[in-house]
Amino acid sequence: MADIVVKTEDVVKEYRMGSNILRALDGINIEIERGEYISLMGPSGSGKSTLFNMIGALDRPTEGQVYIDGQNMSQLSQKQIAAFRCHRVGYIFQSYNLLHVRSAHGNVTLPMIFAGISEKDRNERAEKLLDMVGLGDRMYHLPDELSGGQRQRVAIARALANDPSIILADEPTANLDTITGREIIDLIKRLNLEQGVTVISATHDLKMLDVSDRIVDIRDGLVERIRNRDEIEIEVGEVGGEGH
Amino acid sequence: MQQRTPIEEQIDLPFVESLRISFQSLKIRFGRSIITTAGITLGIAFLVSVWMNNEIGIALQESGRQTTINTFEETAEQGISTKDIWLIIMSLIVCVVGIANSMLMAVTERFREIGTMKCLGALDGFVVRLFLLESGFQGFSGALIGALIGTLGAVLLGLKDYGLDLFFYFPLLPASPEDGPMQLGVIVIILLGCILGMILAVIGSSFPAWRAAKLPPAEAMRTEV
Repeated sequence: MADIVVKTEDVVKEYRMGSNILRALDGINIEIERGEYISLMGPSGSGKSTLFNMIGALDRPTEGQVYIDGQNMSQLSQKQIAAFRCHRVGYIFQSYNLLHVRSAHGNVTLPMIFAGISEKDRNERAEKLLDMVGLGDRMYHLPDELSGGQRQRVAIARALANDPSIILADEPTANLDTITGREIIDLIKRLNLEQGVTVISATHDLKMLDVSDRIVDIRDGLVERIRNRDEIEIEVGEVGGEGH
Repeated sequence: MQQRTPIEEQIDLPFVESLRISFQSLKIRFGRSIITTAGITLGIAFLVSVWMNNEIGIALQESGRQTTINTFEETAEQGISTKDIWLIIMSLIVCVVGIANSMLMAVTERFREIGTMKCLGALDGFVVRLFLLESGFQGFSGALIGALIGTLGAVLLGLKDYGLDLFFYFPLLPASPEDGPMQLGVIVIILLGCILGMILAVIGSSFPAWRAAKLPPAEAMRTEV
């Protein structure tokens, strides 16, 4: 039997906007296996970022359930949810979301501070992670002193700080140029292959296609279709390396 | 890597770790911190100067040394006039609103940071504690500077009104003369100013910080200022 790491059951999310109710997710059912590289694709407003937030316990569904590692997320206490965010998931965002008052090194150590890791161990690990993402020489720079690509690398190093089993990436390449975006995708893919991390990425970057194991197309808050690797390869040929 | 083990509870951070993070944040955001602190300083300086000016007036009237200042009838009888009470209340309101506004702005522009910290595993309580520490420190230092500026202002004004007599009858310590109103004295007013500034800053920042910490991270990060 496949090792399911994420499962959603009829997930609905509604936002109240004045007197209107906007249904961002309209009953999403997906299963994601451990070690997979999944791309959630869809146009702006399709609900992919909302689904991303639900899977990452960054927001609560209006209806339905999200299971991670077989655990129903709605049954967790606040402290368990904090521990889940700290240990099990690493988040990467479109706008990096680095803390501007902390250096690259300070950003990477923060989740480890929350996890209660000793100063010596967290410094060592932060240096190792920043070296791995190619920022060994800019460790003590503030985010404002780094380029977009470098900031995203810091975010990736930070996401890996507590050795999570899932990396959630929300449009990680949207603010980057094609070449830098490609480098970031390659880095995430490398983590997926070498460390067996499950990668779930909300994106509309076509460069993500050829690294994904499966693509979940989201439209109007519903899963439109799920494409497998073999179907994807044909389409990559068709789009001919087109990118954003 | 973590596998199918039950999800444990997040640990509480030691106090010293919060202290370190909050001071680091104040240091790096120095310019912005100064502006917020200045808001507190101004509020308290205004309140303390009005209050102290009134106190000096009473002390000198009590001593019978009051010279050039025009007295209101009530002043002679009760030591403190309705106009003075009105002025003190007004300055208190200006001080409360000014400080609450500074702190509210300072926290609101950091909603995204709060959301991000929660993504990394921060507990709600930790976020609130961080803001409590930062605002407590800002509140105390801002209020202390404000109280000293206010005192200086009141002394200068007193010198103008009473000349050097001011120093002979300077109401440094509390006094409760039998036939006059109770006087708090300069030191107590400075202390009260500091405490008030600190309390207002802490309330003004920890309440919005608590609200932001309670939000799901996705919502906190969406907030635009």
